Amino acid sequence: MLIIDCPYCGPRPELEFAHGGQAHIARPADPSQTTDDEWTEYLYLRVNTKGVYAERWRHARGCGRFFNALRDTTTDQFLATYRSGEKPPVGSAARSAP
Amino acid sequence: MADMLKRTSPPVASRPWLAPLPAATRYSLRGGAEARAAVAAAFGVEPPTQACRAASRGARSALWLGPDEHLLIAPESDGATLATALPAALAGVPHSLVDVSHRQVAFEVRGPHAEWLLAHGCPLDLDVAAFPVGMCTRTVFVKAEVLLWRTADDRFRIETWRSFTDYVITLLAETALELPA
Repeated sequence: MLIIDCPYCGPRPELEFAHGGQAHIARPADPSQTTDDEWTEYLYLRVNTKGVYAERWRHARGCGRFFNALRDTTTDQFLATYRSGEKPPVGSAARSAP
Repeated sequence: MADMLKRTSPPVASRPWLAPLPAATRYSLRGGAEARAAVAAAFGVEPPTQACRAASRGARSALWLGPDEHLLIAPESDGATLATALPAALAGVPHSLVDVSHRQVAFEVRGPHAEWLLAHGCPLDLDVAAFPVGMCTRTVFVKAEVLLWRTADDRFRIETWRSFTDYVITLLAETALELPA
């Protein structure tokens, strides 16, 4: 079983977590001013990285908090976890939102 | 409907490794430092800020469930007092306070095999070095969400939603079949 390091609770088993999709996607400040393409991009289009990927996870069966993680999608290895609102650790090769 | 109103807690039969715990008053508290301070004064127990720790004074306890989420547990007889004292103390402070007294049922798994019994369905490391006395957390027991709180080396308080109680206890009892008689 994977052990995921919750930024609030520490290392915990994978069973307690729920995946939350790509991280660092900012909602357009004024949705009424966006074009359909921009809105589609925000709502639906996600990168499909092979390698280090920044994604959201939720400690659903623990503290309940969302946080961000860097995971290598080829090895399923978690490289880092950090709280929502924080930037990915420096030096990481993660791709942020397009 | 009348039947439903009369329904009481699912029966938790006492066994050597299992003890039912009395009904309690429970509040789910969400809020920041200001809310914690207000509750500390009115409730008599300061909600812990350290992750996964419980604080108790007398029969009242405050359990850390998340960075802005605590569970307050008090004897059932304190219900009426707290129902007025807590909202009064929190007036004007951003918070959420929900009475969840009847949402969950508490029981205690105890004895020399308590850790072993729980390890059957709980993926956490329950060794006393990794899960010390006073540690509490939400986690899973097989497929049910439970709140686990180690109150002594060989005692765990389990709180689970009422409808999950039978599931959790049945699985524990099945595991206990392997215990030496």
